[in-house]
Amino acid sequence: MTQHWPIALFAAVVAVIPFVPEIPPFWLVLLDNIGLAALVSMGLVLLTGVGGLTSFGQAAFCGFGAYTTAVLTTHFGLSPWLTLPASLLVSGLLAVILGLVTVRLSGHYLPLGTIAWGLSLYYLFSKLEFLGRNDGITGIPPLSVGSWSMIGAGSIYYVIWGGVLISAILTLNLLDSRTGRAIRALRRGHLAAESFGVQTARAKLLVFIHAAVLAGFSGWLYAHFIRAVNPTPFGAQAGIEYLFIAVVGGAGHVWGAVLGSGIVVVFKEVLKSAPYGEGQLEVIVFGVLLVLLLQIAPEGMWPRLSAFWPFARPQAKPRKASALPARAKADSGEGKLLEVEGAQKRFGGVIAVNDVSFAVASREIVALIGPNGAGKSTTFNLITGVLEATAGRISLFGNPIAGLSPQEIVRRGVARTFQHVKLVPDMTVLENVAIGAHLRGRSGAVSSMLRLDREDEARLLAEAARQIERVGLGAQMHQLAGSLALGQQRIVEIARALCADPVLLLLDEPAAGLRHNEKQALATLIRQLRDEGMSILLVEHDMGFVMNLAERIVVLDFGTKIAEGVPSEIKTNADVIEAYLGVAA
Amino acid sequence: MLFLAQDGITNGAIYALLGFGLVLVFAVTRVILIPQGEFITFGAFTYAALSSGTLPRTAQLACALGVIAFCVELVSIRHQLSIRRLVRAALLFVIMPAVIWLVAMIAAKYSRSVPANLAVSLLIVAPIGLYIYRIVYQPMAHASVLVLLIASVGVHLALQGMGLVFFGAEGMRAPPITEVAFSIGPLRVTGQALAVYVIAALLIVGLWLFFGYTLYGKALRATAVNRVGARLVGVRTVLSGQMAFVLAAAIGAISGILIVPMTTIYYDSGFLVGLKGFIAAIVGGLGSYPLTAMAAVAVGLVEAFSSFYASNFKEVIVFTLIVPVLLLRSLAVPEVEEEKD
Repeated sequence: MTQHWPIALFAAVVAVIPFVPEIPPFWLVLLDNIGLAALVSMGLVLLTGVGGLTSFGQAAFCGFGAYTTAVLTTHFGLSPWLTLPASLLVSGLLAVILGLVTVRLSGHYLPLGTIAWGLSLYYLFSKLEFLGRNDGITGIPPLSVGSWSMIGAGSIYYVIWGGVLISAILTLNLLDSRTGRAIRALRRGHLAAESFGVQTARAKLLVFIHAAVLAGFSGWLYAHFIRAVNPTPFGAQAGIEYLFIAVVGGAGHVWGAVLGSGIVVVFKEVLKSAPYGEGQLEVIVFGVLLVLLLQIAPEGMWPRLSAFWPFARPQAKPRKASALPARAKADSGEGKLLEVEGAQKRFGGVIAVNDVSFAVASREIVALIGPNGAGKSTTFNLITGVLEATAGRISLFGNPIAGLSPQEIVRRGVARTFQHVKLVPDMTVLENVAIGAHLRGRSGAVSSMLRLDREDEARLLAEAARQIERVGLGAQMHQLAGSLALGQQRIVEIARALCADPVLLLLDEPAAGLRHNEKQALATLIRQLRDEGMSILLVEHDMGFVMNLAERIVVLDFGTKIAEGVPSEIKTNADVIEAYLGVAA
Repeated sequence: MLFLAQDGITNGAIYALLGFGLVLVFAVTRVILIPQGEFITFGAFTYAALSSGTLPRTAQLACALGVIAFCVELVSIRHQLSIRRLVRAALLFVIMPAVIWLVAMIAAKYSRSVPANLAVSLLIVAPIGLYIYRIVYQPMAHASVLVLLIASVGVHLALQGMGLVFFGAEGMRAPPITEVAFSIGPLRVTGQALAVYVIAALLIVGLWLFFGYTLYGKALRATAVNRVGARLVGVRTVLSGQMAFVLAAAIGAISGILIVPMTTIYYDSGFLVGLKGFIAAIVGGLGSYPLTAMAAVAVGLVEAFSSFYASNFKEVIVFTLIVPVLLLRSLAVPEVEEEKD
């Protein structure tokens, strides 16, 4: 859904710049530097802005790329073009190793960890004999094609900016795909993504590698541009600078990286020529600006500028595509689908769910009710694998599912919505819903980047669109999920769950925040789903809604089941009335 | 071996102090205080300057920052201006640093006493912490930990640059706090090392008592857990943040003063020293004082031994150490919350 002509225009402008008559060669050097920085920051945009993983250590990956080619070309006389894959491979492999250790770090431990290994690697570069210690390696050959050596700033310019454009397009392609949606769900809403089969740890590692390979590529270019390497440009300071660039440009936007590098590189140059010199002022201004920027415009410059963009993004309906294969549904109300036997969940000394047993048959609507704190949502979390039961058995089609991961449980046909809406607010409704179909597509990162995933992608989006129409939100398909009313967001969650093609649908307070006629429509939809062969287990506080809809009701109070039966029985059950209203005096 | 151990423990004690400063600030404000290193440098330079009878330029820095903080304060209270607020702001941000400057001038001219110089140094550096908080962090107190962290990096860069402008690229060293020295068996214990131990121990116990057993300490902790909740029960969260930064700046300054007689301090030395305090604080999960203390001593020991056996790779070893530690920590505390920002 990206527009192509602005990119083509940008590419044309970039290609023409060196031909501008009497352009100072120094400008080309600056542009080369901007391109090099943009590559690294682009990785950071994906890593930090989109994925929410802050890294201060990207400069180290540049270092790996640069040193790899430096060693291979000077010690072993390899051609620079041969060392490109080697440089990318080394950065990528180290990203796997560092990523396996660091990416698991949660919250603020991750950036701290990256500072630590960033520093440690910097010292490593400056201490190792075969990397030339502090002096580094000199005499690196320039890139050459045939007899043409790219020695000047104007000749390597095309390699650098060609690299920037290709990387940007590949990165944009990646973001606009099945894998991309998983990545974009990392920062806000990974719990929900996991419930639809996204392997978040793997997605994190993937962006980590992507960012590292981009940095390694930049390092490789740097080595053949400057034709010497030493540890300084790969230290902690540089790592911080790259992050700064991403923040300045707009950490969530690929083109923000290019914009940010332009601003920062030019700005640094201006500061350098200021009378103070020696980089003292540079550092101070740098720090002060970073703070000011975070206080005033934490979202960066790109969103501010692109707000002036006069052309609206195309909002095409997903094109028609063949339907995804669907799971076989039960055709009668026979047989037990879900069985919960003696489930128990303790949080320390608190027993949230105590010895709860119930079952859901095929083609049945069962409601789970009870006062606040009764353990309803905890029961949902036990069934979907978000929490592991302390004791008891949970089985689906007679197969135990307790202890399985949420990803595995949704694969078996259990999809859910959340009590507290968990959508990715800065993704459209369509994209959010498509996450629900994650397991029904199979395109990976590489095929997405190369746009080989279009058939698969079209089917996923068509399915998402179909479910959105079905729940009645067709008009809101291209709006950002965060802009919808809370009640509508709950409905979006239902559409997302339906995308997973479930046999059992778990709805956590689906009617909360809905108006009367919306509730009616929801009830109709749920009955229709049941008639098509789905079973529904729902938690709901609106008694009118539950009593009219549910075929059977399970009542929890303080983690214990106190009643079970058809609505008319529950209405008159003394224990239930006591739990809700207290004992009559 | 024993010398190495002694060296390690002395450094470890200083790292422990720094670790406490970090834990304290993080616990109260959720700021990961990377500029802690600059407080070390400032403390060291101030004390060294006073010992050599020159006016420490940190006094001017404090004044300058105070004036900026005053402006920021004015802007933020412009809609609810009152004489009382105005006087308070002027006192805190303009008059106080001016008086301190005066005191510093007098001390530089006449004072040759170690305790007096120490006290004046603290008096100069501690308000810098307050002003930094007022200027940078207070306006963004509700930002996520990550945004605050990046801001911290900005503050660190700016302060380090100012360090270079104010003190120049030359290193500084100060005379030891006491000249006393005695021997226990083969070990020579200097008064300086003893001072390090005593001050570290006092601060550790002091902080522990303060946070565990006083109402004010508990209020600071409450701010850390839930700002809104703390405000609702009457804790003044802004004051808590300012308090935490003053304490952290003072702790950083003390560490600097303790170090500067032992090693030469340059304008950028503080950052590296501070980072080692970090490792300790992180091992303690940015929350536990006793764990931080133990970790700090361990870092000191590892550093001492690796500088002896593999001096080239000292920093590599120390900083690589943090990664497995971080990993253990984040596995120990399973992630449940989602980023909200």
